[in-house]
Amino acid sequence: MKYVLLFGGTMEGADQLPEEHRAAAMADYEKSGQWFEKYTRSGKILSGEELRGPTTATTVSRKNGKVTVTDGPFIESKEVIGGFAVIDVADLDEAIAMAKEWPGTVEIRPVIDHSQDAAR
Amino acid sequence: MGQTRSVTDEAVAAVFREEAGRLTGALVRVLGNFDLAEEVVQDSLVAALEKWPQQGIPDNPGAWLMTTARRRAIDLLRRDRRYAEKLALLEGSPHALGAGAPEGMASEADDRLRLIFTCCHPALAQEAQVALTLRAVAGFTTPEIAAAFLVSEATMAQRIVRAKRKIVAAHIPYRVPQGEEVAERLEAVLAVLYLMFNEGYLSRGASVGMRRDLAEDSLWLGRLLDRLMPDQPEVLGLIALMQLNLARSAARFDEAGEIVLLPDQDRSLWDQDAIAAGTRVLERAAMLQSPGPYQLQAAIAAVHAEARTWGDTDWSQIVLLYDALLRLSDNPVVRLNRAVALSHLAGPEAALGEVNDLAITLGEYHLLHSTRAELLDQIGEREQARQARLRALELCQNPAERSLLERKLSR
Repeated sequence: MKYVLLFGGTMEGADQLPEEHRAAAMADYEKSGQWFEKYTRSGKILSGEELRGPTTATTVSRKNGKVTVTDGPFIESKEVIGGFAVIDVADLDEAIAMAKEWPGTVEIRPVIDHSQDAAR
Repeated sequence: MGQTRSVTDEAVAAVFREEAGRLTGALVRVLGNFDLAEEVVQDSLVAALEKWPQQGIPDNPGAWLMTTARRRAIDLLRRDRRYAEKLALLEGSPHALGAGAPEGMASEADDRLRLIFTCCHPALAQEAQVALTLRAVAGFTTPEIAAAFLVSEATMAQRIVRAKRKIVAAHIPYRVPQGEEVAERLEAVLAVLYLMFNEGYLSRGASVGMRRDLAEDSLWLGRLLDRLMPDQPEVLGLIALMQLNLARSAARFDEAGEIVLLPDQDRSLWDQDAIAAGTRVLERAAMLQSPGPYQLQAAIAAVHAEARTWGDTDWSQIVLLYDALLRLSDNPVVRLNRAVALSHLAGPEAALGEVNDLAITLGEYHLLHSTRAELLDQIGEREQARQARLRALELCQNPAERSLLERKLSR
C-alpha cells in the first residue's frame, strides 16, 4: 500500500531565527535527514524530495477557462509543505509509526492504485 | 418519561448486540472488506426489524442474520467480477463465516476485538468512531444512532459512509494493536465508550421511545472489552464508573422526566446491588495497582454512592481524588469538578475564585457557566447568577439539561 507523506515546515528563513530557535531547527533538520536515510535503506521510501520555500512557489490556476499565473503557493495557510516522501508499507498503522518518528507535522495520504486500470 | 420499550424491542436489541459484532467481525475476516461486511450485516438487521415483529424472533436468530447477510453479500459481489474469489468463499459453505455455528466460535473473540480497534482507530474522527462502534459492534441502526446523538439521519449516514470509505481507502488495518501501541489505542476505545455512555446517561428520561438504551449498551460494550482483553485496570475502572452511575438512574429523573440533581435525589431509589457490583469491579481494578483516570472517577462515584444522605458526603475524600486525577493530567473540566467539591469544604467564595480562573479555557462549556450560577446564587449575587445561567443555556445542547436550566431561570 502506497502513501505520500507531506511534511509541514520549511528551512526557508531559518537563518533569520534567533539563535536558540535556529539551533532547534537545525537539529530537527538533521533528524529528518537521518529519517530519510533509515527508511530509504530499509526500502520503505520509494522517492522523496525536500522543497524550496513558499516564497519560491508559482501557481498556475484556471478559472472560467482563463489561465492565470501568480506568485505564491495555492494553499493559503500558515502551514507550508516543506517536502514529501512516497512510501510503500503494509497499512496505515505502519505509515503512522513512520510519521511519528519524523521531527514535525506530517499529513498521510493514501495513493490511488491505478495499476489495474489497463487490465479492465 | 419516554414510553417504555416493549418486550420485543428489548429481545431484538439483545439479539442484535450479541450477534452483530460477531457476524461483522467474521465477515470482515472472510471478505477482507470492512465497508462491504459492515453494510450487509446492517442490511440483515434492517430486514430483521421488518420481519421479526410480525413473525417472531427465529429460534436461531444468529443463523437467520448470517444467512440474510450472506445472501446480500453474494448479491452485491455478483455485480462485480473482481470478487469472483470472495464469492466462491461465500457460496461454498454456509458455515464458512463461523457466526451462529459453534465450530466457528474459536475465532469470535479475536474478530470482535479487532473490530472494536478498527472502529476506534484514531485516524477516524471521534464522532465517526462512536457511530461505527455502535453500528458494527453493538448492532445499532443508523436512525437509532442519529436519534441518540440528536443529528439528522442523513448527517449520520454521511458520517458513517465517509468513515467506512476511509477505512478501506487508507488501509486502516483490521487488527488488535500490539506492544507499546496497546495503551494508546485502548485509551481511544475507552474514550469512545465513555462518550457514548455519557450521551445515553445524560439524556435518559428525556429521549422518547428509544428502542435501545445507549448507556446500557456502553456498559455492555465495556464488559465485552473486559472479556476479550481481561485484567486491564482502566477497562475495569470504566465499567465500575458506568455501573455506579447507572445505579443512581432511577433517582435522576422525576415523574415529569426532569433531571433531579444529586443533593435532591431520593437515595432509597438507588440500586444497592448495582452499587455493590460496581464497587467490586473497582476493587478488582485496584488490585492490579495501576491507577488511571477512569478508576479515580469511579472511586469518586463510589464515595457519592456510599453516602446515606447528601450531608454525609465525604468531600475531603472527593477533593483528594480530584487532586490525584489532576496529577495524572491537568484538565480544566476536572478542575471545575474539584472546585464544586471544594465549595462544600471551603465555602462558595473559595470555589468561585477557582471557577473564575477557568472562565477563559472553559468559556464555551455550559457546565462552567451553570456551576458559576450555582455558586453566585449561594453568595446572593442573583443577577450575575442569572446572566451565567443564560450563557449556559446558550451553550447547552442536551434537552434534559436545558430543561433544568430553564426551570431555574424561571424561578
